[in-house]
Parts: sequence; structure tokens; C-alpha cells
Amino acid sequence: MAHAYTPGLKVTRRMTHQVVRMLPIKGEVNVEVGDTVDADKIVAATYMPGDVYPLNMANLLAVPPKDVASLMLQKEGEKIEEGEPLAETAGIFGKFKKIYKSPYSGTVETISDVTGQVILRGPDIPVEVKAYMSGKVIDVNPEVGCTIENDAAFIQGIFGIGGETFGTINIAVDSPDQTLTGADLSEDMRGCVVVGGARMTEESIETARKYGIAAIVSGGMDDQDLRDFPGYDLGVAITGSEKKGITVVLTEGFGDIAMATRTFELFKTFEGHRASVNGATQIRAGVMRPEIIIPLDAVSTEAEPEHSGGFLELGKPLRIIRDPYFGMIGTVKTLPSDPHVLDSGSKARVLEVELSTGEAVIVPRANVELIEA
Amino acid sequence: MTIDLENINVILATDCGSTTTKAILIEKVDGTYRQTYRGEAPTTVEKPFANVTIGVTNSVTEVAELAGRSLTNDDGTILQPAKDGDGCDLYISTSSAGGGLQMMVAGVIAEMTAASAKRAALGAGAIVMDVISTNDKRRPHEQIQRIRELRPDMILISGGTDGGTTEKVVQLAELIAPAKPQPRFGSEYEMPIIYAGNKDASEEVEKSLDEDWIDLAIVENLRPKLEQENLGPARDKIHDVFLEHVMAHAPGYEMLMDWTDADIMPTPGAVGDILQTIAKKDGINVVGVDIGGATTDVFSVFDETFNRTVSANLGMSYSISNVCAEATMPNVLRWVHFDMDERELRNRVKNKMIRPTTIPQSLESLIFEQAVAREALRLAYKQHKEFATTLKGVQQQRTVGDTFSQQSSGNTIVDNMKLNLLVASGGVLSHAPSMNQTAMMLVDAFEPEGCTNLAKDSIFMMPHLGVLSAVHPEAASQVFERDCLIYLGTCIAAKGVGKTGKPCFTWSLNGDVTASGTCNFGDLERIAMGPEQKATITCEPAKGFDLGAGSGKKVSHEVRGGTVGLIIDGRGRPLGLPEDRQECQQTISTWVENMALYENQRQDEEMEQAVVTA
Repeated sequence: MAHAYTPGLKVTRRMTHQVVRMLPIKGEVNVEVGDTVDADKIVAATYMPGDVYPLNMANLLAVPPKDVASLMLQKEGEKIEEGEPLAETAGIFGKFKKIYKSPYSGTVETISDVTGQVILRGPDIPVEVKAYMSGKVIDVNPEVGCTIENDAAFIQGIFGIGGETFGTINIAVDSPDQTLTGADLSEDMRGCVVVGGARMTEESIETARKYGIAAIVSGGMDDQDLRDFPGYDLGVAITGSEKKGITVVLTEGFGDIAMATRTFELFKTFEGHRASVNGATQIRAGVMRPEIIIPLDAVSTEAEPEHSGGFLELGKPLRIIRDPYFGMIGTVKTLPSDPHVLDSGSKARVLEVELSTGEAVIVPRANVELIEA
Repeated sequence: MTIDLENINVILATDCGSTTTKAILIEKVDGTYRQTYRGEAPTTVEKPFANVTIGVTNSVTEVAELAGRSLTNDDGTILQPAKDGDGCDLYISTSSAGGGLQMMVAGVIAEMTAASAKRAALGAGAIVMDVISTNDKRRPHEQIQRIRELRPDMILISGGTDGGTTEKVVQLAELIAPAKPQPRFGSEYEMPIIYAGNKDASEEVEKSLDEDWIDLAIVENLRPKLEQENLGPARDKIHDVFLEHVMAHAPGYEMLMDWTDADIMPTPGAVGDILQTIAKKDGINVVGVDIGGATTDVFSVFDETFNRTVSANLGMSYSISNVCAEATMPNVLRWVHFDMDERELRNRVKNKMIRPTTIPQSLESLIFEQAVAREALRLAYKQHKEFATTLKGVQQQRTVGDTFSQQSSGNTIVDNMKLNLLVASGGVLSHAPSMNQTAMMLVDAFEPEGCTNLAKDSIFMMPHLGVLSAVHPEAASQVFERDCLIYLGTCIAAKGVGKTGKPCFTWSLNGDVTASGTCNFGDLERIAMGPEQKATITCEPAKGFDLGAGSGKKVSHEVRGGTVGLIIDGRGRPLGLPEDRQECQQTISTWVENMALYENQRQDEEMEQAVVTA
């Protein structure tokens, strides 16, 4: 077999990109097909049912559960404000009544005559969905959401922390192999998407947060710094819900690893443009990777075939993604068809890689990913 | 459907996993059922295919090509019956595609009815997302919030013995109704809720859960008395609901259900069934483990009691970082007999987590992954032992004589001294370059005591055989014995702790292999003994050591060989390693050498290469 499918991260200068914006439950969609929207436009909104507060009224009033319903001052479906009387006992000869005041505002949802439990539902919680990417609304699903489309440069990261944000691209380093430190950042980068080169230090993340930078993107990061940033050791790669005030995206992996030259050059081309960034990563079946989308509203660049993996073929450039050659760049030299016994003793299908130094090494096919030419 | 077992000569079985669909062919050869061919293809439950049968057809086509036997019709359906060298007589399947069966369970008391409910769900092959109980230390609104966040496929509510509390059970139901959990399969899906609690509370529970989005089923109480569990009806119902609701919503499953000759089973449920079948047939105690990328499943059958646990975040790729976090890096590194740079290692672990499909190329990398596997297995087994207990909350009658001996309720039923067979499956165990490595990962992590057979599932066919055992137990049993298990050998290990170098036990082996020796504390030795060889080993433990007959008492066991042979383990139980790093490395080096773990690999060259690269 002369080639085998190998994954790779999507990095493209121009492609038509769609984002689907959906409400978690039905609500109102504020846009129509054909509308042009900015990233921060609220395209759909709704109210989630409020929080639920169970109250063991039988205990609170010291009465049998079956008596609770008759002592309630508000019946099922009725509203109540915090501090208003919710239930009242009959007392003795009309005196010594015990009044229970509602600890929350909300609506009485249920009153149980078996357990004496009263369920209060708090006020509805507003939910808003922003456009996230500027572009044109091409589809509306009534009461649910919409789809926005635009031509965009698209960069898929390998790992991220934090959710959706947007800002202007600002390159903080001179080359893709330069470490991003706090000294490379400044206060005028507030609200920007700052691009570094190789490893981002823990100090650079802290500085970025201090300056109100929306997102930082760089080649790599040390595991130790990752632990210091969210404050815990990440066990599984399911992220996106962190509320750290900044979104962080790694384009290559963990360790001191330079950003791929093409990715860095792409960022440089679009310095000063607005970008939408999402750090959410889920590495499970149905994998989700972080992304940087640069909408191309008024920029003229030629469309190009996207790069997102493909077939291993002779001469194709790749990166080795596992030790002992982790991070090294090379090209496919040969693709032997027979399995090869690795130094570990395991048998696996391999390829021969010609490294940029000219040296040729044997690597399992599972340990490479294709990169740009 | 009635199946004529007499006329079944060719059986096709598939297992639709999250990522890969595996097909095996079983044929009657000279009157005995044997597994003959195997094929696999990517599972197709996600776009653009979104139909599981495509992956099934692809994997079956691979088997067909290898076997030179046509197994599908032109439209991709399974060709039946077998005729003129084509087709098959029986087609069966298991599935864990789409993340398997995800359940939430609730019970009144965490250690009693909630624990029983969890056992029922796990036994049916489910992943238990959370257990809600009235004493789980969460406030009711926190419990409701949690229920809201989860997206289970179904909910199992238990609580109260028959005639016991009704109020607490109804309270649980009252928490679930307002929480309105959103199922994974969209708003049209009616959430199946199974009630298996106090029968006196059924009516009230039904009233509390009378919502149009709920599909309530009421079955017999799974804990009718404190001292009695009745998990069967709840497990059966879970299985029915899995087929009727969950599978019906997974893409292509309705079609697959039409194809199969028996109900599709959740994969772990099928593995549990085959282990139970074997334990019952041979009258033995069995522990099975399946270590995957994200999770580790442990199954045990002790004295005919079956238990299964899923350690959700203990795995070798997606969850590798979690294993290192839970076990701690020093505990992982104690199994590595050379220095490694911890910062570099931590980055490697995270890189494996974000690129889970990579494989160890260097020996150093392999040794580290096997060290992580030992810790993942150790933690998963620890969780299993804590879960597989006698029923908690049961009062026991005591006599004066029992005062010092009788144990309280809720003790683990997992007893390594009683364990007869330990079965391994999952990538890191099944694909280890040498069987010795597989055997030692098992022994180091599970610490079997006395005399224990070690085996591995050759090509992970236990799921297929599990579902087959429900239809054709004889075929399942024959294939399990002949083709499924590869016997690694037998481990003889003494329980107790002593001083390094002092006698632990003496042993003599008589039979197909004859040998004898003294095993000192800290020793680890391997005696070559082939898969077909059998012998009797007689051991005389030193005072303070036990090999099954009691401390210092002589014992004999029948042992069988295997691809590894006989492992004479004098390292003591519990297995302790020196705390000093240098001393620990030396100890592990000796064991690695004695067991010839990495003998054929270019270890020295590799180490040099690793240093240069670093």
C-alpha cells in the first residue's frame, strides 16, 4: 500500500465556514436569513426554567405531610416573593399560628401530600446566544437558532482552555520559535487575540489576564504551567467551561515546541484583523478541537484547498508527534508495506522520514501528522 | 425466535465499539466450534455515514475476504443460512457505540439501596454517570442541579425494602420530575425511568413521575429485604429499555436489530455474561479486566456472585493524564528501573492525552506506559474491591465465639487467595510485545495470592462470546476455552511480609515438569512450563506466610503452564517497593531481569538514544 490516511489539524488561508448557533431550549431567534451580523450580535435568546428549591414544609411546620397543601397560602402555579408568607398553620383556637416565609422568590411548582415537600421554582434565567463569527445568516431554525456563514481563514489548535471570545489579532513575537513571556505583552493589547511563537510561560498567561487580553495562542506550554493556570491537574481533555477571563490555545502540543511556520505566517498576514477564538476541546469520540476563525469580510485572498490531514504519500511534509523524535519536521521518504519491529519490541506499520537535518528515521505511521507544504 | 442449535455450523458475531466494529467467524471444525477469521472496520455512527450497519458490513466483508466465504447479500445484509460454502447460520451482535449505555441511578441510602441499584446498572453493562441518594451530602437543590446537567439515557430509581420507607423514595422521585433531565437523543425522546424500589411506594412514585416526557416502568424491588438483593428484574428491564429506546435512537440500529438472530447486548454486559458462564461451568472464581483508552472495566465472579465496575477516568490514552494525577507520578515511576526526567514525562503524558492514537516507539516509552498501566489497573481493582461487597446494612447474629472473628457487613467479597483465574484484555495488555510483560502487569497490579492462573483474551472476543453464550452456550464455551484465552501460566505467590533474603517458602514441582527450590522474600522467578504442561506444586511456607492453607501451612496445587510459564513470586503481599528511589530501581531491575521482560529489545541502545534526543 503506497499511502495511508493520516490525521492533521486544519489550517487554511481561506475557506467558507459555517457556525451553527443554537439555544439549549426553544426560544426566540432575533435574525433573519440574509442578515449580516457582527460577532457580538445576540442572534437568539430564551429563558431557562429557574433553579429549583425543595422545602420540606411538613418538617418546617411540624405537621403531617397530608396537611401541608391545606396550609399553603400559595397554591401550585402561584408566584411568591422572598420574605412573603408561604404557609401558615391553623394554630390553637386561631392563635399561636406559625407562619413560614418564603426564603426565595419564584413559583410554587408542586406540593406533595406524601412527603410534605414543596418545590419552589426560582425566576427564569435568561440565556443569550451571540453570533460568535461575523457573517451572513444563511439559515434560521425557528425558535432554535441559526447558521452563519462567511469566508474565513481557519486555524485548528490541538488543545485549549476557556470558551468563545473575539478580538483583534496582535503578534507579540518575532518568530514562531520564540517563547512567549510576560515581557512580550503590554496593556494596549487589552481585548486582543495575542499570538506567540513556541512555549507560552505561566507568567505570560498571568500577565495577559492582568492586561485583559481576550486570548493567547502559541505553539506549546509546559504541563506544570497548565496546572498552575486553572489551578488543578487536568485529568481528561474536556475543556471550554473554565471561567478564567482568558482563552488559551496551543497549536502544537505540550513542551517547548515552535508554532508551525505556516500557521505563524497566516497569523502575521492577518495581524490587525478581528478573530473569533474558542478554546473548547473534547478529546473523545466525536473530537472537538479549539479554533481560531478570521472572517474575511473585506480581504481579498485566494481560496485554497484546506489542510486537514490526508494520505501519506512520498515527499509529503509531516511532523512527528511522539518521542523519541517528538516535534521534528520531515518528509515521507519511503512507505514500507510490511510491519516493522520497533525498538519497543512492538510490531507496527511504519514510514521512513527524512528529517530536515537530512537524517532518515523510521517512525510508526500512528506517530506522524501531515502538515502544510 | 426459536433457533435450531443442532444445525448451526457457521456463526457470525460482531461487536460495534465506539471506534471500531469487530467481526469474528466461528465454524464447526471436526465437531468442535472454533473461531476461524476476524475482521474489523471503523464504526459508522457519526456523519457522514450515520448508520452502524455500514461498519458492520465492512467488517464482515473483511472476514468474508479472508475466509473465502461470501457473508453478505448484494444489499449489504447478512447472507443466511450457510449453504454451499457461503453465508452463516447465526448472526449476533453487541454494541457500545455512541458511548454505550449511560445511566443515572438513585436510591435512598448510598450504601444500601443506591449501591444495589448501581450494581444492577453496572451489571447490565451501563456507565453510571452519578448516584443520587438522600445521604450523599448534597443539598436537594444541588442534587436537582446535578440531575439537570446530566444527559442520561435512562434513570433507575430504587429505595426502601418492601414494607419499608415510602416517604424517602417518593422524595427522590419528586427531585427527578422538576429537574427534567435532557436526554442525549433530543427533545422527542421520552426519558425511560425504571422504578425498582419499595413496592408500597409504586403508586406514589407513579403519581410523582406522571409527566409526558417520562416513560415509567415499574419492576420488582431490587432490594426487597436488607439481606437480599434481587437485581435480575431490574437488569432485564434495563436491557429491554436499552433495546427499545436507546438503540432505536442510535443511527442504523433498527436495521441492525432486524439483522440479528438474538437481542443486541451492551458490550460490557456480554463480557460479564461469558465470565459468569465460565466461572459457573468450572466452579471457579474469576476476575477479568479490560483496560481501554478512556476507561477500565473490572469484572469479578466470587462464589457465583458477579460484580462489575467501570473506572471512568482510568485509561491509557484519553485518561492517561488522570491516571498519573490520581496515582501520582512517584507511584508510576516506582515501576521504572531507570531515571526519567519528570518535567519531560509530564509533557509526554499530556501529549498522549491530546493525541491519543500514538504508540510507544522507544523502549523507554513502552516501559513508562506499562508503568502507567500497572497503576491504572491497581486503582481500578481497588475501586472494584471497595464496590464488590457483601450487602451493607445487614444485621448479623453473633455468638460469644464470634466476637473476635465475625466481620461486619459490607466487606469486600473479592479475595485474592480464592481467585483461580485472572483474565486480561485491552490494548496495553493484549498488544504488549511480550507475554511476560502482560503477565507481570497483571501480577504487579492485582497482586494475586496463592495459586492463580493468568490468561489473556487473544483478540478481544469476549463480547462476541458473551452474547453467543445466551444463544448457544456450548459453542461459546468451546471457543472460549480453545481460541479466546491464551494461557500465560500460573502465579504462585505468598501472602505476608518478611525481610528481604529470608526464606519465604520452599517449593517442589512434579509432573510434566520437575523442579524444586527455595523462594526467599523479595525473589521473583520464572520456571519454563509450556501451555500443555501440567504439574503439582507443593509449597511449604515459612512462618508468617500463607499460600492458601493458612500461615506456615504446607499446600499443594495443580498448576498449568502457558506462554510465560510458572511465576514463583516471593515478593510478599501486600506488594511493597523500597521507598528509596535508587533502591527501588535496583529491585525492579532484578525483577525485570529475572522475568526477562525486555530481553529481546535493544535496551541499552534505546537509553542512549533517549538521552541524545532529550
